Amino acid sequence: MGHHSNWPEWIYIGVVIALMVWVGSEAWNAERLVEHIPADAEVIKVTGQQWFWSFEHEDGTKEIGELHVKVGKAYKFEITSKDVNHSFNIHDYVVLLDAVPGRINTVWFAPKEVGEHDIQCREYCGLIHYNMRGKLIIEEADTTS
Amino acid sequence: MVLELQKPRPIWQIMFSTHHTDVGLMYLITSLIFLFMGGALALAIRAELFLPGSQIIADSMTFNRMFTVHGTTLIFLFLLPFASAVGNYFVPIMVRYKDMAYPKLNAIAFWMIPPAAALIWLGFADFTWYANPPYSIISAPGPAADMWIFGLKILGISSVLGAINFIVTILKCKHPDMSMGQIPLLAWSFLTSSLIVLVAIPTFAAALFFFFSDRLGVSGFFNPAMGGNPIAYAHLFWFTFHPEVYVLVIPAIGMMYEIIPRFSRKPIFSHSSGIFAFVLLSMVSFSSWAHHMYATGMSFTEKTVFMIGTLAAVPASAMHVFNFIATMWNGRIKFATPMMWAVGGIALFFSAGAGGVVNAAMPLDFQTHDSYWVVGHFHLFVMGTIAFGSIGFLYYLFPYVTGRMYNERCQEESMIILQSQNGLL
Repeated sequence: MGHHSNWPEWIYIGVVIALMVWVGSEAWNAERLVEHIPADAEVIKVTGQQWFWSFEHEDGTKEIGELHVKVGKAYKFEITSKDVNHSFNIHDYVVLLDAVPGRINTVWFAPKEVGEHDIQCREYCGLIHYNMRGKLIIEEADTTS
Repeated sequence: MVLELQKPRPIWQIMFSTHHTDVGLMYLITSLIFLFMGGALALAIRAELFLPGSQIIADSMTFNRMFTVHGTTLIFLFLLPFASAVGNYFVPIMVRYKDMAYPKLNAIAFWMIPPAAALIWLGFADFTWYANPPYSIISAPGPAADMWIFGLKILGISSVLGAINFIVTILKCKHPDMSMGQIPLLAWSFLTSSLIVLVAIPTFAAALFFFFSDRLGVSGFFNPAMGGNPIAYAHLFWFTFHPEVYVLVIPAIGMMYEIIPRFSRKPIFSHSSGIFAFVLLSMVSFSSWAHHMYATGMSFTEKTVFMIGTLAAVPASAMHVFNFIATMWNGRIKFATPMMWAVGGIALFFSAGAGGVVNAAMPLDFQTHDSYWVVGHFHLFVMGTIAFGSIGFLYYLFPYVTGRMYNERCQEESMIILQSQNGLL
């Protein structure tokens, strides 16, 4: 001990701290942009319960297990649960937020292409958690009405 | 001790002794038994997941029970008792005292583990090691859940008693000629991790009481149907169990600090930076608990605070890695068994830490959260870093305790198998 110089360690620690500051500020900036919900986003109420998802559109239409949305629109999910904790996840669009009873969590997304994607529960919620799935169906934008 | 082999004592004399080496051995044997039991559950879980659908495990509830008990067993009944085993054996020797400060308390802390383990294994609860209210309050079948609560309660008391004993032994019973700076890094690791236990565990102990009275229906702390908030449980749980990860990893790093200088045939590069990094780690361990909860609907500000708190742990961990590499640098390294495990552990510590930075970064966390990525990250820490340091130290300890030598070749193969398996994780 004491017979070595310490400067390599200080340079190394400086590099590590600089890297962390860079990662942190990039992440902060990205999250700030991602969380900004567009003003014209349509609200969809999402409710999780053992062991299925139900949805309610702004016009009152209700769906169970399937969610129909349109390309080019922004949607804001208001997520809650009727019984225990669930987690609402559309993996292909990186939509992930817990459904907690007694609480409404919001997240938004804007579908880009027509197609079908999986909706799943991503928080352990009991016996059939593994099969608590839904379908997100993205349709062509409505041009007739 | 070495002499024991020449004139073996009856087993009950070791079992009911309060001497620190005997209690250490009992901790060691207990932890290894639970390593096998928890490991057997892990093998069954992986075998079941080999193909989609149900193969060897009859129904999903049995599977859920298995991963719950797997996690609870390996964290509380393997890793923690293993660290206590090493601490019991070496801390009094390292601070040059005849025994632990409170030998009887030490034996009591050990003997709390078997009944707690029996409660956890006979109950076989299903709600994951996080317990996850309100599911565990309104849905989980009793008495499994209640047995789990009492099992964890007893283990918490045992941890606190052990921590008090380590702190008093190191601070009050060390040789008067020994300054704090001269205390070996392994003993320092037990001092810092015991301080974390003392601050962190009571929070979860309180949460367990709330949780139990919620299950009885007399309160509704975490039950929204009675006006409670499950997120409050998440805060209480992670305020204890994020620091708990450091309680596990700090002694493993301390063990590597014993192994690496010995087999590099050089003194530790910087004893003081090792101490500094331990103290720093024990402090930042409390600044990051809510990074487990980004997806519960936290505000942007909360997430930012806990991201910064999490990233703050990286420089302190990096100081240890630097210390290890600088100690090995230009050393005459002998890749004996314990050294192989320690170096493997450092490599996995680095990869686990790098994965941790990805989890801490807010937007990336929403990609990885609640997925097998996090399971992999966590196992790189516990099975990679902590178990590698521990098993390396076990091989380091073995000739010292028994006076015999193990088969080096046989163990090299086991190390290579485990290392490649961790790579696959």
